[in-house]
Amino acid sequence: MAGLELLSDQGYRLDGRKAVELRKIRARMGVFAQADGSAYIEQGNTKALAVVYGPHEIRGSRSKALHDRAVVNCQYSMATFSTGERKRRPHGDRKSSEMTLHLKQTFEAAILTQLYPRSQIDIYVQILQADGGNYCACVNAATLAIMDAGIPMRDYVCACSTGFIEDTPLVDLSYIEEAAGGPQLALALLPKSEQIALLEMNSRLHEDHLEKVLDAASKACRDVYAVLDRVVRDHVQEVCTLLGE
Amino acid sequence: MREPPLSNCEKSFLLKAIQEGKRLDGRETYDYRNVKISFGTDYGCCIVELGKTRVLGQVSCELVPPKINRPTEGIIFFNLELSPMASPAFELGRQSELLVKLNRLLERCLRNSKCIDTESLCVIAGEKVWQVRVDLHLLNHEGNIIDAASIAAIVALSHFRRHDVSIQGNEVTVYTPEEREPVPLSIHHMPICVSFAFFQQGTYLLVDPSEREERVLDGLLVIAMNKHREICTIQSSGGIMLLKEQVLRCSKIAGVKVTEITELIQKALENDKNVRKEGGKCGFVESMPKQWITAFKVEKALVDMSDVEEKAEEILSRAETPAEMASKPVLWAPGTAQIGEGLESSWRDMEEEGEVEDEDDEGGIDDPTLAVSQNIDMEDIPRKQEKNSDDVIILSDSEEDEVIILEPEESRKNTRSKHYAVPSAKKATGGKKKKKKFTL
Repeated sequence: MAGLELLSDQGYRLDGRKAVELRKIRARMGVFAQADGSAYIEQGNTKALAVVYGPHEIRGSRSKALHDRAVVNCQYSMATFSTGERKRRPHGDRKSSEMTLHLKQTFEAAILTQLYPRSQIDIYVQILQADGGNYCACVNAATLAIMDAGIPMRDYVCACSTGFIEDTPLVDLSYIEEAAGGPQLALALLPKSEQIALLEMNSRLHEDHLEKVLDAASKACRDVYAVLDRVVRDHVQEVCTLLGE
Repeated sequence: MREPPLSNCEKSFLLKAIQEGKRLDGRETYDYRNVKISFGTDYGCCIVELGKTRVLGQVSCELVPPKINRPTEGIIFFNLELSPMASPAFELGRQSELLVKLNRLLERCLRNSKCIDTESLCVIAGEKVWQVRVDLHLLNHEGNIIDAASIAAIVALSHFRRHDVSIQGNEVTVYTPEEREPVPLSIHHMPICVSFAFFQQGTYLLVDPSEREERVLDGLLVIAMNKHREICTIQSSGGIMLLKEQVLRCSKIAGVKVTEITELIQKALENDKNVRKEGGKCGFVESMPKQWITAFKVEKALVDMSDVEEKAEEILSRAETPAEMASKPVLWAPGTAQIGEGLESSWRDMEEEGEVEDEDDEGGIDDPTLAVSQNIDMEDIPRKQEKNSDDVIILSDSEEDEVIILEPEESRKNTRSKHYAVPSAKKATGGKKKKKKFTL
């Protein structure tokens, strides 16, 4: 780990957080008038923008239509200026298409797609600044955007990444912590039923520690849920006030 | 070509079997298919068979300049290809979702877990490093590609030997295998993927799904592990909701399976090493079983037959006895007859009425032709009743009847004597053909 002490003896991380402390989450719903639903989220320095269109008619080839549920179409992209190294990111490289796939899977499981047969729901997510936990920020942003669009879901989908360093699970990893190469686990959870919509893990982690890390991750997801729920309630209240009700 | 969808019938059959804890190939829920590993003549070439899924792995390497941000690390590149040879559903040269998923999983499983010491692949820092390329080709698709591919990749990598190099100043000399013995890659551990299929929203769980099972599954969980029980990758996919307990249970099962497979791999590698040392024959040709006459021999699958008889009897006893019903042919129009169920026929009623009538005035008939026909009628009636009590479907007596060509519309208008004239004439010409009663 190249001399970097990710967890100090006093139990503090590089940015001064405790092991189970999330970064500050700030979010807004309804940031675009054009889209059916949109949201912007900041998790520490990771910033993501999500836009939802639909449910609408199938665009493109009609053969994609499913007779019993809606098609969820996702697109994940990273802005050229999102990372330290300025880089053109062409569409369709392996990493981003994998991310697109994961987002699609997550939301296919969470959205009540069977309510909209033969239609399509588009979710576009863009990372404006990458500082670790890109997938998680995307999921959280997309959840808010879908709610803004008024599309029914089983529950909130809350995602959070978790690492494991020196026998301690660290939640909501930043870029430096991710780059250190320790194990990291991304979890997308439906907080009410404690069901896992997506689970992804990288690098090496001993089986015996898995439960500990999973517990920490689901606790973190529930913390994220509390924040997101607050955001949604505030937003609805604000809208109601503006409408004069 | 798009894969033809599975019929509902087959789907429900498969799901029902899974519910009962049975699998088509006779495996138990947590059983893995047989793994077979064979090596090619070259180093770094192998074929891994997982049941009938077959993956060819080939490793090659070359000297390249390193990546700028990692000047002291070698490069490893993985590429899995799904050729139309494996299944007609795969198209060449298209990055399908499945392919992206599999490739990324392999990369994460083998590269991110740092199972290969990339720093040992460095020749001159910042100038020359080895680029190891692992090419995997799916030769036959019978389900669970990822497990087979991950085994093939790690086996090929551990079998591979790269050319030895020496450095003098800035001069790099690459030695041919004849000059210096090639050196193996340094491999820290062997991550192996194990797939778990979930059915019916996670109620049922199977290890190592076959192609058919893959097509009815709801969700898949892939866990890559090494024999030290370190998890290298977890990936859930498909639209199911997992619970924490399920994940933990799967990781336990994966641990057991991985230990077995690792042992097998090491044994296979050891075997191959010995064969090569002794100068024995190696290569695919040697390791493939000769299948000339026995090509179609199929290994017997163990089928649970313990309660088959009881079950059959139970089904029989539960089944309703088929309803008694007469296979009385109904003649709709000339040349059109109907046997068995259908619309209620008004003709039959009339015929029955006629029968009764016939019997009634039997005594007072003197006409010889009439008598003949009556006799036939008499013959027919008891025979018919006999048949009725028998099996339901008897077509033999209908054969006799169907040859008679009657014109119902006309015959109704005809006089009685004329009626009988027709069949009697027929009898004379047709000989064998019997006549069925018909009267007004």
